[in-house]
Amino acid sequence: MLKTFSLGGVHPAENKRSANSPVEVLPVPPVVSIPLAQHIGAPAQALVKKGDEVKVGQVIAQSAGFVSANIHSPVSGKVAKVDQIVDASGYRKDAIIINTEGDEWVEDIDRSAILVKEITASPEAIIKKIGEAGIVGLGGATFPAHVKLSPPPGKTCDVLIINGVECEPYLTSDHRLMLEKGEELLVGIRLLMTALNVKKAIIGIENNKPDAIAHMEKLASEYEGVRVQPLKVQYPQGGEKQLIDACMGRQVPSGKLPIEVGAVVHNVGTAYAVYEAVQKNKPLIERIVTVTGLSLARPANFLTRIGTPISVLIEAAGGLPDDTGKIIGGGPMMGKALTSTEIPVTKGTSGILLMPQPLASRKPVDPCIRCSKCVSVCPMGLSPYLLMPLAEKAIWDRAEEENIMDCIECGSCSFTCPSSRPLLDYIRLGKAKVGQIMRSRTATA
Amino acid sequence: MSVVLITIVTLAGLGAIAAVILFLASKKFQVFEDPRIDVVEEALPAANCGGCGFPGCRAFAEALVKADDISSMNCPVGGAPTMSIVAGILGKEAGSAKPQVAVLRCNGSCEHRPRLNNYQGAVSCAVAAALYGGETGCSYGCLGCGDCVAACKFDAMYMDEETGLPVIIEENCVACGACVEACPKDIIELRNIGPKSRRIFVSCVNKDKGAVARKSCEVACIGCGKCEKVCAFDAITIKDNLAYIDYEKCKLCRKCVEVCPTNAIHELNFPPRKPKVEKTEPEKEPVA
Repeated sequence: MLKTFSLGGVHPAENKRSANSPVEVLPVPPVVSIPLAQHIGAPAQALVKKGDEVKVGQVIAQSAGFVSANIHSPVSGKVAKVDQIVDASGYRKDAIIINTEGDEWVEDIDRSAILVKEITASPEAIIKKIGEAGIVGLGGATFPAHVKLSPPPGKTCDVLIINGVECEPYLTSDHRLMLEKGEELLVGIRLLMTALNVKKAIIGIENNKPDAIAHMEKLASEYEGVRVQPLKVQYPQGGEKQLIDACMGRQVPSGKLPIEVGAVVHNVGTAYAVYEAVQKNKPLIERIVTVTGLSLARPANFLTRIGTPISVLIEAAGGLPDDTGKIIGGGPMMGKALTSTEIPVTKGTSGILLMPQPLASRKPVDPCIRCSKCVSVCPMGLSPYLLMPLAEKAIWDRAEEENIMDCIECGSCSFTCPSSRPLLDYIRLGKAKVGQIMRSRTATA
Repeated sequence: MSVVLITIVTLAGLGAIAAVILFLASKKFQVFEDPRIDVVEEALPAANCGGCGFPGCRAFAEALVKADDISSMNCPVGGAPTMSIVAGILGKEAGSAKPQVAVLRCNGSCEHRPRLNNYQGAVSCAVAAALYGGETGCSYGCLGCGDCVAACKFDAMYMDEETGLPVIIEENCVACGACVEACPKDIIELRNIGPKSRRIFVSCVNKDKGAVARKSCEVACIGCGKCEKVCAFDAITIKDNLAYIDYEKCKLCRKCVEVCPTNAIHELNFPPRKPKVEKTEPEKEPVA
């Protein structure tokens, strides 16, 4: 039997329509807008001002703290302004807007397609390079990658887990990356292993990608210590804690990080970006974005420069279908509805999903019938039916006792609820409030 | 017969012993409570709204009895009359807090502020605000899910279906501040009721730059500063592209209301204005 995580999980319709579309390079757009907050942690500080000339790969915003990341210009041209733009959340955030002129790269970036296999850099140099290249978790969580590679003192890591699960329905960017850039990916994994000083790496891939599993297994046989772990198709397998459980049978304790059980998890996209940064000196300025949807004419995977408006991607994939009810940034389970088509692609944009009506609309909310389906699907072993009213009635102490902070916001509970109750909506609110209370408690203590 | 007697004597004896123990225990563990607390509590409105900053009227009564100076403490429900009664009971000086009322600092009705998207999540402002900026281009304005109405214990608020905004019923509002607390966008503010219930305030909290604010809402404060210039009493300050009127300094002259280009400044309970006496210019001949 195939391995999977031990608690809960759901299996939504996969709908991976773009799985067989090879990655296409999207032309450089005439204008890009680059938000300064593209990662978890402190927003970067802009280094350029209106009128400045920039080249592709030049640092335009600097990391502002330990948990933060550099941002590089994805195009060459002139900075039009540093102003606020509406981001995916509907709030106005600082961004750098650049008018493209030509495509002139910083000289020391190696743009050739030659595979550089030999690793010469020291672990410290690799981590430094990853930090400089502004690499963040490309699975969607956008946690700065160099932070994960620097385990806190006293903690050791013995295994690197590479997340090629792509458990979100519809999305295929990681799938295509494994098929097309497998060799580079493995060098990236090697680099991460060197940086962490581990001997073992496991690539977790769900069984709905047999071609990727076969391809990666074939390539990995040449790399010592790297193996592929086929996994049962089960959402949210791509969750860090679920993946460690599925691959290793180790469970991360409540409120702790994966390093506690000696594991570090990185996405395949991140590993590829690490290869490019260390071996090719190329910072994170583009990523693969899946553009898909049930009624979209031509679902596709695009290699897109950061900052490209999503309207450009939708147009390239055959235009906005008439029955579109919702545009989602990311996958259908954890993605966020976008309020405008002018929102730019950021480092964390793994996909653009166009949901047709009536699938896009929520069903009317009915009372809880105590069926406990939410409890049985919760991969963290929580009781969503209970957490929702606790958050609704602002009973924060009880919510904290019920481990609301362990929720990974996978949305399995809301997905499975036969009464269509907004379980995750309230749990997310509860997490924000309880987190605030816990932080103020440690601040005063 | 003797069985009955023994029973009676035993029980009576037990009762007497228990009575002595209870009496001694009550003396030993007696907690002294100021009798004035009960009297003060009686004088308070028993609304238990928490507007005074204490968890209920009893806790406020305890605090009033304990405090040496009660001039800074106020029961917003009872107001000055209640506080003078309490001050009389305790022989302390009552403060002079002016009665207040809640005002809504957003006028972005459906008509003034076009909807750009459709929110279908949980009907709660707190949830919506944690998720995103809202259904309109203004990420500061009212979300319209009615958390404030749900928080009001005095039937002083309702949602206006037509405008999509909450309405404050002034007669019922006791300025307990529950709605202020409930609003995740900090739109509701407690302001002095003012003479004859007359008030002037900026009905907007949008801090975007003027052009951006105006684009998302017709009646947004654009921070142009006209009101600040016209105010003779230094009551208006502009901060972050947003005007704020200090109700302590405002003399209710209404000049700012007139100059506001977006009608973001509201006047309440004023008599209707006299029609302006326009300077009668000789009518020009229509140009042929």
